[in-house]
Amino acid sequence: MGVNPDIAGRTYPPGPVYEVGREKIAEFARAIGSDDPVHRDPEAARALGYPDVIAPPTFAIIVAMGAEAAVVQDPESGIDYSRVVHGEERFTHHRPIVAGDRLVATVNVDGVREAGGHAMVTTRVEIASEGGEPVSTAASTIVVRGGQ
Amino acid sequence: MGRPTFDAVAVGDALPSRTFPLTRLDLVRYAGASGDFKVIHWNQRLAQAVGLPDVIAHGMLTMATAARLVTEWAGDPGAVVEYGVRFTKPVVVPDDDHGAELEVSGVVAGKDDVARTVRVDLTATSGDAKVLGRAQAVVRLP
Repeated sequence: MGVNPDIAGRTYPPGPVYEVGREKIAEFARAIGSDDPVHRDPEAARALGYPDVIAPPTFAIIVAMGAEAAVVQDPESGIDYSRVVHGEERFTHHRPIVAGDRLVATVNVDGVREAGGHAMVTTRVEIASEGGEPVSTAASTIVVRGGQ
Repeated sequence: MGRPTFDAVAVGDALPSRTFPLTRLDLVRYAGASGDFKVIHWNQRLAQAVGLPDVIAHGMLTMATAARLVTEWAGDPGAVVEYGVRFTKPVVVPDDDHGAELEVSGVVAGKDDVARTVRVDLTATSGDAKVLGRAQAVVRLP
């Protein structure tokens, strides 16, 4: 068993377009306890210079998780999802995600390493508009716990 | 309190600390909104079966909640240009009326005069456990 180190360096084909809805942003904002009107009220968002309501900084995880599923579901990866723990997450936002965005996410496996009997898999999801404009980068390290 | 400006903020400034409650309901709501339905976030039996003391919060919910300290201080969630954390310990959420408490504090740890951004270093604890490590947000200020 164990994670296949050969998946390091792989890039998976992007999944379907993720269309960002106002209601999804509002739902996510509520779920993180934020009552900021910039997530709900287009006028409040426009007052801050945005074209429509914007997503909270960690909303990108929804889009990233969709892309990362390609790695976990790759039969060659050897990743047992029931043993996965989230180790680290980092977002770089070139601009906020805005309602109406049509996003394309591409996942790259940046590294696989063993530590203390566990495998650490670092992925990087590049999120861009359909036209190719970079929007966000989500770098994630998952720990796949070794067997006992 | 108005929004902080880049020029008015100094390295060493503390952000107002906050305590955020996290209940089982919050975990269920976050599961639905995020699409992360891992059983350890809602099923005590299965959480304990894998060695956890109880149901634990999604790391991403802890991360998102800690970010509110920064976004509410900055007055603009879109001002966060970078945000990263390590998940060092789980937030254990008991099945009672109070849930867990997430205590978050932050301090301005750096300024970039060219990008006009500041780096905020966050500390997040629950109980006695430091639940996030190297939690840093880079925020663009007006």
